[in-house]
Amino acid sequence: MKKLIFLTFLTIGLKGFSQDLFDILENESPETKIITIATFKGTRILNGHSIENSPKKGLVFLISHRFGRINTGIDELYGLDQSNIRFAFEYGVTNDLMLGLGRSSFDKTYDGFFKYKVLKQSTGPNSLPVSVSMFGSAAYRTLKDFDPANEPTASQKMSYTAQILMARKFSPGFSLQVSPTYIHRNSVALTNDPHDILAVGIGNRIKISNRVSINAEYYYTLDQLSSFETTNSIAFGVDIETGGHVFQMILSNSITMIEKSFITESTGDFFGGDIHFGFNISRTFQMGKHKKGKLKK
Amino acid sequence: MKSIHILFMSLLLINVAQAQKKFITKKGFTSFYSHSPLEDITAKNHQVLSIIDAETGDIAISILMKSFMFEKLLMQEHFNENYVESDKYPKAFFKGKILQFSTITSGPQTATVEGLLTIHGVSKKIQTEVEITKNDSNILLIGSFPVAVEEYNIKIPSIVIKNIAEVVKIDFTLDHQPYK
Repeated sequence: MKKLIFLTFLTIGLKGFSQDLFDILENESPETKIITIATFKGTRILNGHSIENSPKKGLVFLISHRFGRINTGIDELYGLDQSNIRFAFEYGVTNDLMLGLGRSSFDKTYDGFFKYKVLKQSTGPNSLPVSVSMFGSAAYRTLKDFDPANEPTASQKMSYTAQILMARKFSPGFSLQVSPTYIHRNSVALTNDPHDILAVGIGNRIKISNRVSINAEYYYTLDQLSSFETTNSIAFGVDIETGGHVFQMILSNSITMIEKSFITESTGDFFGGDIHFGFNISRTFQMGKHKKGKLKK
Repeated sequence: MKSIHILFMSLLLINVAQAQKKFITKKGFTSFYSHSPLEDITAKNHQVLSIIDAETGDIAISILMKSFMFEKLLMQEHFNENYVESDKYPKAFFKGKILQFSTITSGPQTATVEGLLTIHGVSKKIQTEVEITKNDSNILLIGSFPVAVEEYNIKIPSIVIKNIAEVVKIDFTLDHQPYK
């Protein structure tokens, strides 16, 4: 008898007469795992790579510019007379793997890279607090500034970069990334220059509207070159996104746009006015056949 | 004593009977289709929650915006980040009624559904025809209706106006099973 009373009240409790339909839906909603998207808007925070990739079959044409130093004055039109460019094609082989080829006017350098998404931040069951990507690149310097009788071998013109990019989108408006970096040069200018350089980068994004965010990025170099005086790379910028374009405007003490170079070879004193204005423009083209809507009209 | 026993017994039965009168689906399907001069965009969602109270014909639908799957990942990102702002408004809701529900007999037929559709935090009254198949074991709803994006305060910048339709077509297939 007691059991029966208990059972009756239990079922009343579970399925009350006046229970709102939305309450039932709320109770019944399965916990879905949701991958965090748009930790950063583009594949670059500013100078360096973000954890973001171009999507599968997405071909990104990226044009980056860095002008001369702003403190060169009106004679140089505040640096605008001098221009450094890197253009690159970057392709999403899968949604997790991205390959790229680029060419910088500085030192006439070619670079190739891969970036692979190892872990993705998510919410729901088996959630992950951070995203992690692996980045690797090789750069080949072709500037002929050597003695013709003493041409370095192809191998001596190579430099390599490896990075672990770790990022977390703390809120819709704030993302932070930490990027431990290892750079290796096959040849160095002076014998006491290090072949191997360790650095760590930190970058963030603060979203100020749906399409605009403010970014900052800093790379701290643990080993310095000794053949010339270098500084740590620092950059501030704005991301503006419209449809398939991401437009970044940058102020940085670095004039180059590839890792081995801006991380280890920057010479400007940002707060002393050695600031380069620059921008990155990316346009994503979706490759592959686009199926027309298959839904019934 | 015996009468109390019977009273509780019947209360229990009422409860069970009541429970049988709701029909639910957790894997409902909805899609939207945007046709424009430059591009056709389709997104599909197979995780729609919907419940019908068979006593009254009341219907409640809940849709997680992040469960819409697009052909292109970049579109999905733009959809969530720029248009429906799914961090701010994670779900779309429909709260309404299937009109003259009790007069609907088994077998496919047309019925009218009306109620309040909430997308992007904006609620609008809508009315649409559905094809309904009502049995003891399931209630199937199939239909489609247009949604004018602007009415829900979703702004399309002029630069992509040729890529995104101002009115998108919503299709749905909701096969409800008895709710236990």
